[in-house]
Amino acid sequence: MKRRGIHLSEQKKDFLRSLCFLSPSLLGVGLFFILPFGVVVYYALIDGVGSRRFVFLQNFVKLFHNSAFLMAAKNTLSFSVMAVPLAVVLSIVLALMLECRIPLKSQFRTFFLSPMMVPVASVVLIWQVLFNYNGTINEFLALFGADKIDWLQSEYCQVVVLILFLWKNLGYNMILFMAGLSNIPKELLEVADVEGASERYKFFAIKLRYLSPTVLFVTILSLINSFKVFREVYLLTGDYPFEKLYMLQHFMNNTFRNLDYQKLSAAAVIMAIVMVALIALLFKAEDWFGKDVEG
Amino acid sequence: MRKKKRTFGRVGMFILCAVFALMFLMPTVLTITNSFMSESEIQSNYGMIFSTTTGGYVSETVNLKFIPDRVTISQYVTGLIKSPDYLIKFWNSLILVVPIVIFQVAVASVAAYSFTRWRGRIRSGIFFFYVILMLMPYQVTLVPNYLVSRWLGLLNTRWAIILPGIFAPFSVFLLTKFMRRIPYSLIEAAKVDGASEWQIFTRVCLPQCRSALYSIAILVFIDYWNMVEQPLILLQDAESQPLSVFLSSINAGEIGLAFAMATVYMVPSLLLFLHGEEYLVEGIANSGSVKG
Repeated sequence: MKRRGIHLSEQKKDFLRSLCFLSPSLLGVGLFFILPFGVVVYYALIDGVGSRRFVFLQNFVKLFHNSAFLMAAKNTLSFSVMAVPLAVVLSIVLALMLECRIPLKSQFRTFFLSPMMVPVASVVLIWQVLFNYNGTINEFLALFGADKIDWLQSEYCQVVVLILFLWKNLGYNMILFMAGLSNIPKELLEVADVEGASERYKFFAIKLRYLSPTVLFVTILSLINSFKVFREVYLLTGDYPFEKLYMLQHFMNNTFRNLDYQKLSAAAVIMAIVMVALIALLFKAEDWFGKDVEG
Repeated sequence: MRKKKRTFGRVGMFILCAVFALMFLMPTVLTITNSFMSESEIQSNYGMIFSTTTGGYVSETVNLKFIPDRVTISQYVTGLIKSPDYLIKFWNSLILVVPIVIFQVAVASVAAYSFTRWRGRIRSGIFFFYVILMLMPYQVTLVPNYLVSRWLGLLNTRWAIILPGIFAPFSVFLLTKFMRRIPYSLIEAAKVDGASEWQIFTRVCLPQCRSALYSIAILVFIDYWNMVEQPLILLQDAESQPLSVFLSSINAGEIGLAFAMATVYMVPSLLLFLHGEEYLVEGIANSGSVKG
């Protein structure tokens, strides 16, 4: 009994050691994220904090009949479906452009990263100046005889946010792709050149293949950032924006303020489930596309 | 012939890049130059949009202007010297963000070492869980966050923001990816020499990750420096709000002041950014794929 410590197998000792190093983080994550998320799931399944009666899926059913939730979900979905692929494609284009051995390459890189630092407040001010009814964009378009529109209150409001999102995130994604491009074996491209492959073939058959892990990573990052752009939307338009800009985050913020925990928890659980499913899908996609590139 | 075509293509590419770069740089430059305009000049430029009741000349249209008619530091004097508000808020931002950055990187580097050094089914399961957690939009973690803060009685104190910030899984993920690139032979060699795990961690592993640590610190700093949602929900007290929130609530009569304070606010990120750009780029570049 007293010599128990010595009899621990090497494997078990390793496990304990790894746990030692992991414990600060694990404790914090457990306390601040996992445990409370369990409570959220519980909240989503009961009918009220007072009575605590299990109603199982009733909260979810109610949520799916809630028109505000449906509208918010639709808007969030349509924004992400538009924003994420565009962010991926455009940042590949930027990376390829900078790869063309143009002068001042590293300066350009810095310029493209610069939006990361601009405080949200001044981004919002500038976007208002640009897209206001009397703003710069309208004035510029008026030169071509276009009619004035109040951008943030129109069909195009998502486009305004999309531009903001792209402006903010393209630089970072571009660097990821530049790193990915520089990892492609040079010999492979040289062989392709000798064989007389077209630029298009080289891009689709070689470069894109090798970039596929990066594409996955950028897709996931852009997804996160497409949710984060809510911060700017909120500051631009407040709690109740134009219908098309009413995002899930608005819905959750407003529900939170009304202290409707059941509705809120159900929405959080649904969002989490969708995210997990999506990520699992993306991981599967990477396995599928990247299997002959990486070991 | 072919070569000529290629140089032409490169010139075109350069011009295209330059145009893009200018568009990307515009808001930064605009913020800085407009902070040196007097309030009356700002009002005459943007009055159409923001003003409701201001006297003086307001131009019919909006004037997006980069160069001030007359350079003045009056906005800075108003913001920094005449009233202590902005300085207090700036200080609030600092005491929220600096502990988060330092402790998040510290906790994360220990955890990342564990994920790098030992692998097993349970641990890779935990790692996958971290990835998922990292990807959750803030609004999903908002409720759990709020509940815990209430239980622990942290609501309306700085700790409600600092503590969850310290344990955010983002930097664990990035650092693990970085550490897994350290050649295993280095660790083996240290082990053979009789180094303890802690020594391997501090003497072998950490020095190898210097650029990663720096780049992650910058990323975390920029992320939290601009936070808006967390303080709005977790800190009801207007006094303790960070400058990022306070700036966003600036009213229409003080656009010039907002630009000036935004410039001041940009200084720490700008310094970190310019000082560590190489690290930052290297750090971003090495995080390229999700599965380690």
